[in-house]
This record gives sequence, C-alpha cells and structure tokens, in this order.
Amino acid sequence: MTRLSRRSFLKLSAAGGGGGGLLLLAGLSEAHARGVGDFPLHKKVGEGFTICPYCSCGCGLIIATDEHGHVINSEGDPDHIVNRGALDPKSISVRQLSNSPLRLNKVLYRAPGSEQWEEKTWEWATVEIAKRIKQTRDETFVGSVEVEDREVPVNRIEGIAWLGGAANNSEDCYLACKLARALGVVYLEHQARI
Amino acid sequence: MTNDWVDVKNSDCVLVIGANPAENHPASIAWINTARDEQGAKLIVVDPRFTRTAATSDLYCSLRSGTDIVFLGGLINYTLQNRLYNEEYVKYYTNALTLIHPDFKGPVDLDGLFSGYDHETRSYDTTSWQYQTEEQPVTVVKRATSLDDPNCVFAHLKKHYARYTPEVVERICGTPKDKFLQVAELFCATGVPDKTGTIFYAMGQTQHTVGTQNVRSMAMLQLLLGNIGLPGGGVNALRGESNVQGSTDMALLYHDLPGYLGCPTDKHGNLEAYSAKFATTSYWANGPAFFISLMKAWFGDAATKDNDYAYHYVPKVSGDYSWISLFEALYQGTIKGLVCMGQNPAVSGPNARMERKALGNLDWLVVMDLFETETASFWKAPGIAPADIQTEVFLLPAVDAIEKAGSIVTSGRRMQWRPKVAESPGEAMEDIWTLDRLVKALKDVYAGSTEAKDRPILDLVWDYGDPPDVELVAREINGYALEDVKDASGEVLVNKGEAIPGFSTIAKAADPSTTACGNWLYSGYFAPADDGSGVTMPAVKRRGQKDPGEMGFYPYWGFTWPANRRVLYNRASARPDGTPWAENKKVIWWDEEAGKWTGYDVPDFSATKPPDAEADPAGAGLDAHSGTDPFIMKPDGKGWLFAPSGLNDGPFPEHYEPLESPIQNPLSSVQNNPVITVYDTATDEEIGDRVGSADKFPIICTTYRVCEQWQTGSMSRTLPWLAEVQPDMFVEIGKELAEQKGIENGDEVIVTSARGEIRAVALVTPRWRPMNVNGGKVHQIGMVWHFGWQGLATGDIANDLTPHVGDANTRIPEYKAFLVDVRKA
Repeated sequence: MTRLSRRSFLKLSAAGGGGGGLLLLAGLSEAHARGVGDFPLHKKVGEGFTICPYCSCGCGLIIATDEHGHVINSEGDPDHIVNRGALDPKSISVRQLSNSPLRLNKVLYRAPGSEQWEEKTWEWATVEIAKRIKQTRDETFVGSVEVEDREVPVNRIEGIAWLGGAANNSEDCYLACKLARALGVVYLEHQARI
Repeated sequence: MTNDWVDVKNSDCVLVIGANPAENHPASIAWINTARDEQGAKLIVVDPRFTRTAATSDLYCSLRSGTDIVFLGGLINYTLQNRLYNEEYVKYYTNALTLIHPDFKGPVDLDGLFSGYDHETRSYDTTSWQYQTEEQPVTVVKRATSLDDPNCVFAHLKKHYARYTPEVVERICGTPKDKFLQVAELFCATGVPDKTGTIFYAMGQTQHTVGTQNVRSMAMLQLLLGNIGLPGGGVNALRGESNVQGSTDMALLYHDLPGYLGCPTDKHGNLEAYSAKFATTSYWANGPAFFISLMKAWFGDAATKDNDYAYHYVPKVSGDYSWISLFEALYQGTIKGLVCMGQNPAVSGPNARMERKALGNLDWLVVMDLFETETASFWKAPGIAPADIQTEVFLLPAVDAIEKAGSIVTSGRRMQWRPKVAESPGEAMEDIWTLDRLVKALKDVYAGSTEAKDRPILDLVWDYGDPPDVELVAREINGYALEDVKDASGEVLVNKGEAIPGFSTIAKAADPSTTACGNWLYSGYFAPADDGSGVTMPAVKRRGQKDPGEMGFYPYWGFTWPANRRVLYNRASARPDGTPWAENKKVIWWDEEAGKWTGYDVPDFSATKPPDAEADPAGAGLDAHSGTDPFIMKPDGKGWLFAPSGLNDGPFPEHYEPLESPIQNPLSSVQNNPVITVYDTATDEEIGDRVGSADKFPIICTTYRVCEQWQTGSMSRTLPWLAEVQPDMFVEIGKELAEQKGIENGDEVIVTSARGEIRAVALVTPRWRPMNVNGGKVHQIGMVWHFGWQGLATGDIANDLTPHVGDANTRIPEYKAFLVDVRKA
C-alpha cells in the first residue's frame, strides 16, 4: 500500500495534471492523509486546481469530482501563494454553483409580449440572433461624420450595445471585444465602469 | 494594483481608505496580519462605517462619505508642513521641480476653480496648466533648481494644500481633529527610506463624482512619501470581481482597445493621426507598433501597409458612450439591441428602475449567463405586465468558472490559468463556443455582401478550431510570428509560427506587421517559460514556489503583466544613484560590473540604462528619459504631483460636495464638481434623473457589500449556503438615528430617495454614528446592493435609489454618497 502525505498527494496531482487534473486520480484508490488512520478511498475521485470566481484575490481551490465530472468537494489549495489553503464562504460554496438546480441548461426564448420562456435549440438561437444583429446593424450603421467641415469615416453602429463581463475569462473577454469592435459597436461597457 | 497581494507583508503601515478587505478581499487580511506580526506594521482604517476591517485595525477613523479629497489633502498638507516627504525621491522622481505656465491659477485664487474654466461649456481650457518649455533646439521641459521656486509644481502644491488643515478636515469630513492627527502621524512616518506605507482602496474612493481625483490624491501622497515602486508600498485598487482586471485589460469599455491603446475617435481620421496620439517620449512611443500587431491579429491578410492596416475597420467614437450615456440612449430609444455577457445591469446600474424601464425599449436582448438573472427576466419584474414589453429575449446558458479552461487576472495583475475541472449542466456552453457560433452565423448572414461596411465581419480572423480551442485564443492574445520577425539589423528575433516571448519583440521588430498580438500587455503569458524547477510550460500555467529575496514576489507562479513585473515603477525602489533606499526594501538595483539592473523583480525600466544616463531630448521613446526617470509611461518620466493633461476637472484634486449633499461646500462657492454632466431625463416621473435635496432627504446613504454575498447576487443568492447566511436585503442604521425614527433592529423599513423607495430590514448597530459636520449633526446609513427578485434569497434593489450621475473623468456612478430618508414600514 502506498502511503502519501496530503502535500505529496497534491503534488502528484499537479505533476500529472498540468493542464487538466480531471479524473486524474481515478485509478489511485489508496491515497491517505498524514496523521489519520488508514482508510482507503473507494470512490473514484478526480481532483483539479482552480481559482475562485468571486473576488480578485485569485485564491486557489482544489475541486474534487466524481466519475461523471460532478463536483463532490471544494477546499482551499494549501500550495497556493495567495491563500495558502484558506477560503472565504463564497469560495468554499463554488461546489453549489456548479451543482445548483437553478442553473440554466437549455436555450430559452421569450417572444414579444409573452409571459413565458420557450425552450429552443442552439442552432435556431444563433441563427436568429445573427439575423437580429444584422438587421439592427444595417439600420443604424454610421459610415462617416462631419468633423470641422471634413467627412471622417467612423464605421460604427449606435443601435447595438454590448455589456459584460468581469467574471468571464480573459480569453472570453478578448473574443467579445474583437467581435463587438468588428461589428462597429461603440456602446461597449461592463462592470469596470460602474 | 501597483503591487501584489502578498507584497503587503513588506509594509510598515497599511492605510485602508474606501475599502473593506476583511469583508470583500478576505485573503489579503492574512498578509496584512503577517506585516503586523513580523514587523510591527500598523493597520489604519478610514471609513464612514466601523467595518469588519476596522474591527481588526490598530486605528479606526471615521469620515463623512464623499470627503476623501479633504482627508487625503489633510495628509498631504501634514506631510508638506512637517517636511516628512522623501526630498530626494520628490526632486528626482516626480515633477515637483517642473515649472508651470505663469498664467496658472488655482482654487485659492479663483474660489474653487482652476484657470481656464468656461461656465458655458462647463469645461476647462488647459493651456495655463501646461509645463513651461524652451527650445534648445528641440522642445524641453523647464525645471527649477530649487523646490522654493514660486512657479514650480512644489510651490503650487504647497499653496493649494495649505487650506487643507486639520481644522478643515474636522469641519468638512466630520473627523475629530485628534483622530485625524493620529492617522497623519502614523502614516506620514513612512516617508523615511527604510519604511514603506501602502494604501488599499476600492469603490469607496472611486464611486463619487470626484472619484478620479480621490485616487489622484492617494497617488500624490504616496509620491511625496516615496512609497511608489517599493515593496510594501504603492497605490492598490482592490478590484471587485475575479477578472475585472482582465476584462479591463481586454478593453470591454467604449474608450479603449486591448492593452490600453485607446479607441480611435473622429479626430483620428487615419492611422497617422491615431499614431500621433501616443507620446513619443515614453514607452508609449511603441503604441503604433502594438496597434498594427493587434490589427494583424484581428484582420490578418486584410490588414496591409497600403490600407493603414485596416485602421478604417475599427469604429471611431464621437464623445461619450459610457454606461450612463448608454442607458440614457437606451431610454431615448436609439439603442435597439443589447448583448449582455455575464452582467446583470437590472440590479447593478445606477437609478436601476429607470435603467430597467429603458430595457423595455429594446427590440431584442441576448443574455449569456449561468442563471435566469433579473436582467434576463426584466419583462416579468414585480409590477411589470409582460404583455407591455415587446422585447425579444434570448437567454443562452453559460458554463461556470470551473467548467471551462482559460485565464483570469488578480487585482495584483497576476494571471492564472484555470483548467476545466468539472462538467457543466445540460446544454450550457462555454462563452468562447457561443461567441464562435455567433461569429460563424454572422459570417453566414453577411456572406456574399459587397458592401464596404461588411468587410470587417467577413475579414475577421476567426479560426480557433471546432469546437474552439481556448489555447489557440491564448496564443493569439500572447502574439505569434506571422513571418520571421527581424530587428532593424536583420537579425531574426522570433521564427515564423512561434509564440513571441514578450512585447519588446514587437517594439524591436523592424516591421511589427510580421507579428499578430491580441494584447501587447499580455505578451509572454502564453509563451513557454521555466517554472523555477526546470520544467517548461506556458507561463500563465506555472505553479513554481521559488521566491528570490523572499519578498513574496513569486515570479514563477503564473505571469504578471507587464513582462512578469511584480512591482510597477520599481526603478524608484533604488536611489537616484542606483543603490537600494534600504536593505530591507530592495527590489532592483544597478549592477555596475554587469552593466545592468538586477534584483528580485523584472526591472520596470530600460534594463541596461545606467543611473547616470543623460536624457536625449531628441531621442525616441525611453531615450528621451534619463537614468533617474522611473515613470516610463509618462512623457517626462516623472510621477505627476501636478497633472498638466489627462484630467477634465483640474491638475490638483479640489474638494467639491457630492451631487446630493446635506451641506454647502465650506471650501468655496463651487458646490459640485464643475465639469460633471447632470442629466434631466424624465424628471417629471418618479424614476427620472431627479436630484434630491437635504430638506426632503436629510440622511447620507452609501451602498456596500458583505462577504457572504457577491455583487448583484446572481452567483450567491442562488446558492443555499450563502442565501442562508445572508438572507435579507438590509439597511444598516445607527442607534441614535434608529431611536429618533422609532425603528428597532429587525423592523421592516422604507428607504426613500428622489428616485423612489425600497423596502429593507433594519439592522440597527453602533457601527454608524452621527457626525458633526460644518456645525451641524449629520446621519449616515448604508445598504447592501446584492438583492433582486430572482434566486433563493430575494429583496429590493438598492440601486433603485442611486443617482444617474458619474465622475467627471471616468463616469463611474456616485453610488457612495447620495441623500435618502428612512421610516418604519
């Protein structure tokens, strides 16, 4: 039986994980914590490192999941340079964020004047949204404006606004900016302003 | 933040003003306590309310919300009067010696205004704020030889701040004079070389009509004390969301482009005009190269030298499109469609009921979120008849932080990678997947178009695989070589196809269009790097524990923009001659033998420029700076005690009252910031842009957060644990006011402002106390703004009461000081 301290258990997870620790330890059923009597882990558990999605301290968390990728535990990452294992009530609740029954799991659509949502497909929604964007963009496109008696090209739309988001990853934000600006959006704002 | 979270352990004095880290940034308190335990540091909290951070402090000092310029001005005056400033730092590293235009006049002479004010346009002509220059033969800035010169910045500074006495602090801020002097004595003692003090601030400073000048006041104080560029020092904004630093860096703001390049305006008719906006005598001289690289990342082969690198594809702004303007336009009906990605304006915007009403003018709304937010469901808000709302709403299910891969940036500018560690529910999809599908659908609906206006969509480079691979997005943001990247001598810096190692590659490239870089500031974050143990991986993924100098910089953990620098302006951590100010405050220093700067951090300076290097006024970029000019992004290389440009409301901070205030400004006849925009939309309706007066609304109100809820609550009121520990919308009221109003702890109360009323539970505490302000008694109360009608814990929306007015520069709303009344329900 292999004996592992909590720290080396995590290090092993890190070394093998690199980009993704999901279900990393699925085959390792005999990990143990130091100072506690032997108790074999029978459940297949994957552990991975992540960063808390709430405040901007950037605390490290370890998320444990079952074989279906559902979160079964969240705890502080003792190796993380900022929080050294400590977490606040929001961080520790991350597991409920992932498991919440209130989470949206279907595309929903609300028609003009309607009192309810309808379930739709992604295919339908993206095509319909693209049509709305095109129509509003084409109707409100401003090619140029006059500045000090000269026509200056401005290539912008004033009929579409884009908001968000400070909880999205930087890569999401980059693509949102790239798309919005390519469309000509100037009403581009998010949480950082307010 | 100029410094990092862990770096606060190096501090001797932590001044928290306008923040509540024990509540809202809990991990930071451990490092503050390390500084207290290991080197006897003191924690000072200045706040209108006795907060959770105040409860753990060494010294708590109250002030009236909206008077930070007076309080900080008092500290600046105390520093000047008692000669507590670091004179060598001030002379060499700031613009204290710079001579100002002889026509410049300030509020002392002009009753609260600066020279150049136009009452008609409510704006300043800044001609008289400019530096004196001379031609020899190129234009150089004139500097005095002594701080006593009457036209130098330092002399103006002393004159301006002479009015900000401890007595004036007591009168305007309501802070007892002896308490203020205790703060001054403690914090201003950090002006000596072997001590550093840091300032932590958050929205308590920024969410005011004078927010920018509040922040400037802190920066000026820190420059005088020589606390910027040093460990345990700096001006540190505690940012409110996990990636609000990253979303700002990525320019999801009307006025900007990624990496703070700035969105072109209608004054910039072509690339040459746009390029000319970058100061040629600072590191910004490389701005045009970074822009060209960005255009190559966005438009690829369609961006050529002959077409100004597709400059015309980028929209140009005319005026202001910021949040409040956006919602005013929405209210007026000019905006027809809105995409809302992970944001909940129905709860978070100022005068939120008016903003929700404006949403009803939309033809269509797209919401990408984890939950059915108040914004997604605005059409069925309490009191709204859905049949009256003709807006189509598309609600797209998103995945949460642990269910997708990507990076976020801490408040300390440190980027960290999050791998996917859990599965997402049902058909919820990653944002990059949703955006990818949307772009592909847009390219389809525009396919075949021959119109010039549609070229940016058709030419948009969008090739991240299917499903899109976030690592390919990261590679583009980092930047890669489209061709062999060569310097001016023809030497190959990076081979075609490789990731560029950092933005200096773009700066050095003879032809920057051989690179494609989505955000120059992030350059290097996804390039291969050593984690300190010999293992190579994309820099942002590193978890190396090595910490040279044991300063808490941890350079092998993640990647800190720019260029993995932990302490911004760290040239100032050394004396003008290049030696450290003190052994215990070492960051970088000049190694004469090696001919370069060395130390524990990446130098925020030309790595091989010696301390005694002379400036070449005719030189490009940093050649125009001397070896003692640490502020490389500034055109004169100096920290600005006086701001000749960049601000709409004055080169020095001056106190004005919040838009809604219980008193007349005791300092001058100018009541409010004279350049703010005050709207008058729908003032005949209850929800309009109405301004309240003290006769009807005598109590000052502010909004804030608690540790157990988060922002609009969409990611906290939906979780059972958090909903249970903070279940109710509450308003915190002091005991004396509660008694006066017949309100008991737990009572339901009604809070009213000129914008309407809300219900809340009264939390009666001694944490709010009445203050004596300008000879009268003033009460303040506070509300959490986490609540709305969705989720497990629900309540009224605090922002239904806040005014639609913003700061004179950034236009951040004035959430932190407005007038209300309160009564028992």
